[in-house]
Amino acid sequence: MSKTLTVRYFAGFREHAGLDRETVSLDAATARDVFEQLKQRHGSPEPLAHCKVAINDEMADWSSPVEDGDTILLFPPVAGG
Amino acid sequence: MMQITRQAIRPDELRARLNDPAAGAYASFEGWIRNENEGHDVLRLEYEVYEPLAVTEGEKVIAEARAKFPILHADCVHRSGLLEIGECAVWVGVSSGHRDEAFLACRYIIDQVKVRLPIWKKEHYADGHSGWVNCERCATHGNG
Repeated sequence: MSKTLTVRYFAGFREHAGLDRETVSLDAATARDVFEQLKQRHGSPEPLAHCKVAINDEMADWSSPVEDGDTILLFPPVAGG
Repeated sequence: MMQITRQAIRPDELRARLNDPAAGAYASFEGWIRNENEGHDVLRLEYEVYEPLAVTEGEKVIAEARAKFPILHADCVHRSGLLEIGECAVWVGVSSGHRDEAFLACRYIIDQVKVRLPIWKKEHYADGHSGWVNCERCATHGNG
């Protein structure tokens, strides 16, 4: 079943996609599905294992389920400090 | 407390927050902007921070440090925006009864902050190029 999701991109992901957010309709069960499907669309070069995800402003796992209306935050490899 | 700021970090002022009559030790870490990375001359650095989650994740890290080590107080401040060479990008301070736990908690906090908080840095090079720094590289090369 297709879900309507808001996806937000940060840092290198934002520059790569050329936008900081978009609303998408995806057949996705988990955060991993969202990442993989959008990777095909935007061609992100970063491997999933180096990236992080948050759902509705909570840090999440790639196996976390996504629900219709969720906001998914895709974080490229972090580099604080 | 975890704090994100666009203003200059002033460690002497921050240190005062950790005062405690029961404290016999204070340990701190400051990360500074260095003028080179992997053979490139760096002119300045730009931090992008997703503040809502950087703060909540930083608070979690500090709570973990407090649970792991018998410390009195711990704070962390991280910059966002454009920084020049030599500026302080991150400060961690810990006070405790004795030095061992102050050192250990300080190390724990900075190590976790670097790998968990949604913070990114873009280096601007002398040759006019710029690039996002990948933390996998930071870890390998002991950056900061």
